[in-house]
Amino acid sequence: MKYLEEFRDPDVARLYLEQIEAAVTRPWKIMEVCGGQTHAIMQYGIQELIPDMITLLHGPGCPVCVTPLEQIDKAIAIAGQPGVIFASFGDMLRVPGSEKDLFAVKAEGGDVRVVYSPLDAVRLAADNPDREVVFFAIGFETTAPANAMAVKQAAALGLTNFSEIVSHVLVPPALEVILASPENQVQGFLAAGHVCTVMGYHEYEPIAARYSVPIVVTGFEPLDILEGILLAIRQLEEGRHEVENQYRRSVRRTGNEPAQAMIGEVYRVVPRQWRGIGEIPDSGLGLQPAYAAYDAETRFKVDTIRTREPEVCISGEVLQGWKKPPDCPAFGGDCTPETPLGATMVSAEGACAAYYRYQGMPT
Amino acid sequence: MCLAIPGRVVEVYEEAGLPMGRLDYGGVIHQACLAYLPEIKVGDYAIVHAGFAISILNEEEAQKSFEIWAEMISKADEAGIPLTGESQPAIEPSE
Amino acid sequence: MELNCPLPFEDHEKVSLAHGGGGRRMAQLIQEVILPHFPNGKVENIHDGAILQFGSERLAFTTDSFVVTPPFFPGGNIGDLAVNGTINDLAVCGARPLYLSCALILEEGYPMESLRRVLASMGTAAEAAGVALVTGDTKVVDRGKGDGIFITTTGVGRVLPGARIDPRRVQPGDVVIINGPVGDHGMTIMCQREGLTMQGDLASDTRALHRETEALIERFGEAIHCLRDMTRGGLASVMNEIAQTAAVSITLKEQAIPVNPPVHGACELLGLDPLYVANEGKLAIFAEAGTEKDILALLRETDPANQPAVIGTVTEQVGAAVVLESVLGGSRILDMLSGEQLPRIC
Repeated sequence: MKYLEEFRDPDVARLYLEQIEAAVTRPWKIMEVCGGQTHAIMQYGIQELIPDMITLLHGPGCPVCVTPLEQIDKAIAIAGQPGVIFASFGDMLRVPGSEKDLFAVKAEGGDVRVVYSPLDAVRLAADNPDREVVFFAIGFETTAPANAMAVKQAAALGLTNFSEIVSHVLVPPALEVILASPENQVQGFLAAGHVCTVMGYHEYEPIAARYSVPIVVTGFEPLDILEGILLAIRQLEEGRHEVENQYRRSVRRTGNEPAQAMIGEVYRVVPRQWRGIGEIPDSGLGLQPAYAAYDAETRFKVDTIRTREPEVCISGEVLQGWKKPPDCPAFGGDCTPETPLGATMVSAEGACAAYYRYQGMPT
Repeated sequence: MCLAIPGRVVEVYEEAGLPMGRLDYGGVIHQACLAYLPEIKVGDYAIVHAGFAISILNEEEAQKSFEIWAEMISKADEAGIPLTGESQPAIEPSE
Repeated sequence: MELNCPLPFEDHEKVSLAHGGGGRRMAQLIQEVILPHFPNGKVENIHDGAILQFGSERLAFTTDSFVVTPPFFPGGNIGDLAVNGTINDLAVCGARPLYLSCALILEEGYPMESLRRVLASMGTAAEAAGVALVTGDTKVVDRGKGDGIFITTTGVGRVLPGARIDPRRVQPGDVVIINGPVGDHGMTIMCQREGLTMQGDLASDTRALHRETEALIERFGEAIHCLRDMTRGGLASVMNEIAQTAAVSITLKEQAIPVNPPVHGACELLGLDPLYVANEGKLAIFAEAGTEKDILALLRETDPANQPAVIGTVTEQVGAAVVLESVLGGSRILDMLSGEQLPRIC
């Protein structure tokens, strides 16, 4: 596939690895923000290939992992209601709520459907006027334009049976929380290339300056990641802390303006609970008052859900890069992809699942 | 997050008031919404996430990368660094 | 800052789709729920069929149900799967398939024309394989209680004298060979469901493999340690099952595993891994070291449509059951499928 396969070339990878080796003189800790990048790192065994002095920490860039428990429980409650068609991206189906997951709701007779695009959910609403279609609008900024368009389209078509559970999260506030913490170990970031494709990267410039950390906007193929690591290492070794764009074939500094405009029209910034981390102010998106009619949480009066939290799972510490999955006492024992305790083990992007699949169990 | 891959626009059309496109991903055709890329045209490559094209792939930048790598490889060959040799130079777009 | 985490919830008390996915959940269902009720069956080595001693003869006996939606797809229909699938289950037991039975469950309202097409395909497939359909059953259920058409085929075959197929015979040093690209069938179905159209020829790879298996056993006899057809759960699931049963590890080279470009493209688009996608005409062969070249030649000779490849080797048991060496040289564990593979955006 053009413009994809070329970025997996083993010879170029080898040469990037040599350049990284040549550039690094002391230990560094770099965090890749995006779960898709974690996935690629694991899939190609990149941690194994880079010099030992470089530690890759896996950040909270997995919207599936950080979607708050309350939202999952609400989604599950709504999906179980008669007459509802609950549409969701496949990623969310096996994320554990307090009692069960969406897959279980399906097994119990709920009409839960996997969609590839939010417009498919709108189509379901148009095709099924006698049913309520609820769409689980999760994701980072990358998915927000798509989820926003679904609402806009529902309005344009005059649909009264479409609504969204909005659970978007934003990246820059999460980076700030990580950097501001006294426990922080991250010295440089590989920023999420597709988030920046939508939002641009100007928002990261004040962060890089304030905390003196290099931030390299990076793509998702192995060569992108290796080049991103190389650029970050060079900055660290040279004492620079700039925002650099590795993913130039997709990202422009100002991002995609029509997409940003749509996000702003349909959604507004709200405080958001991040599963495993807690509440981060101004870190989420909710519907604008003009589109309040499409809010599933008000349309379906869901009883206050009592969420249950045990102490064993250390997702939060893993998401912020303070611990690695094998540090968790439950890792590989009580907690496996088959029987996940936390979202980081369920999601294919979650640090724990990635570790389990790609580096095996602790010996 | 954010699985998004490049596809080539082979057709543009309108559906339910939205600009849509049919994109070719290495032989598989799937539709995507083009509303966020008003300047896109047939023949362009787009990066597509969740059924929406979010950027036009900058082929010039991609070519620059390919050229840099070709240079890296030939320098390595000259220096006698053993490579797999399975590297194929990225082909120029045919249209 | 509080650290929150979800409670582990109990296993579903209802059957879920994951139980049919061909992965770990299904294996658990079989071991923990189903088999305990049938202790006389000695179904220990869960292979694709049972081998029964009948006097001096060995018979292979197998059954399979077919519930695919949509029932018609590029490359074939549910009828082709029903016949070829059961033939293949017998073939990988080292048997020559002889007789089939066919049980149909039809939903009220199912078009007679569709039924005729399915049956015609079954007839053609059976004849092509030299297999006779000798008995069957037909039931009709109320509208809404069935998915159009469900088919169960049961097959009987005679195990070839030279065959000693047993996953426990797989040992370190063995070579792992497959007869062609993976993922065609599952992605064809997925694309039909998701509305992706194909330019080029993505189609189900459903076909009978008994000629290949017979040729292999005839030529190589006991040097063929194990055969499996790679259906639901894909190549990765078969490798994991064999590794577990034989108490070995298997190392595969990603680069050596053929995948057709449209399968590759569709997998990239939907975020799926072709190694976990179903096949309906692909064989995995575990054979004694040194036989690779001849096996590849024989497969090509038996049918030029085969595109055989040596994809890995069996090793002593290490930490992981199945390890995949990536194109870049780093490796990763190819774990058993957890439930169903779902399209993702993350």
